[in-house]
Amino acid sequence: MLLSPALAISAVLFTLGVAGVLFRRNAIVIFMCVELMLNAVNLTFVALAQNIGVGGQVFVFFVMAVAAAEAAVGLAIILAVYRHKQSVSLQNMNLLRDG
Amino acid sequence: MSLNLVFWIFGVVAMVSALLCITRKNPVSSALWLVVTLFAVAALFVLLDAQFLAVLQVLVYAGAIMVLFLFVIMLLNLGRPGPSDIKGPVAVGGGVLLAGALLFLLRPLSQVTLSSTITLPPGSVPALQLRQGIVGAVANPLFGTYLIPFEIASVLLLAAIVGAVVLAKRKL
Repeated sequence: MLLSPALAISAVLFTLGVAGVLFRRNAIVIFMCVELMLNAVNLTFVALAQNIGVGGQVFVFFVMAVAAAEAAVGLAIILAVYRHKQSVSLQNMNLLRDG
Repeated sequence: MSLNLVFWIFGVVAMVSALLCITRKNPVSSALWLVVTLFAVAALFVLLDAQFLAVLQVLVYAGAIMVLFLFVIMLLNLGRPGPSDIKGPVAVGGGVLLAGALLFLLRPLSQVTLSSTITLPPGSVPALQLRQGIVGAVANPLFGTYLIPFEIASVLLLAAIVGAVVLAKRKL
């Protein structure tokens, strides 16, 4: 059975995505790490779909649609921020921080 | 070569290239390593009886989404050498510590066993794909049981198109 290795690999991929979000400053790289996490979850869905039924594969389809929408809107936001700040570093995006 | 060995080879490729993706300081090489990860995950999908999703993964993720990312990186001219965007040693140490804690919490995932009341008999997904076709096995539930979520997803994509145009355009 491939269930256990698939779940182990997806856990590692998700953790790497979280680590990337934690120690990068570039907004675009952080976005890519979020995509990595979504992919890890997709792998879990597919691995369980093999054992439980194709409903999991349908759900991966929806996750991909949401990820595509999220990437389009997120990159548009990053472009808009870049136009204001001339930078995509998250250190400069502190408009809502008090003090 | 056994199926398990092939699976682990692609899994290790995915994990190593994901690690390289989060540690390269140039965003372009980060994006290209992420493409390698996505291809390896597509291969894992094939080994897990999800051939249609593997094709979608290559077309949508490795194709469309990563082209969008690379396009924005080129547009903002972020590919030039410059100071690294990786945070200082304290933040990296904290990040590694938190990631290690998360991995520790996710460790039981690899020992999970499904109860026989919810699992299908082995080989039933390939049998379904043989009966309905590889696309049909996904399409039939998608346009039957999951029709309403499918329509909601189309509305979401429309909203995303409009939102992206409004955000990215200087003046409407």
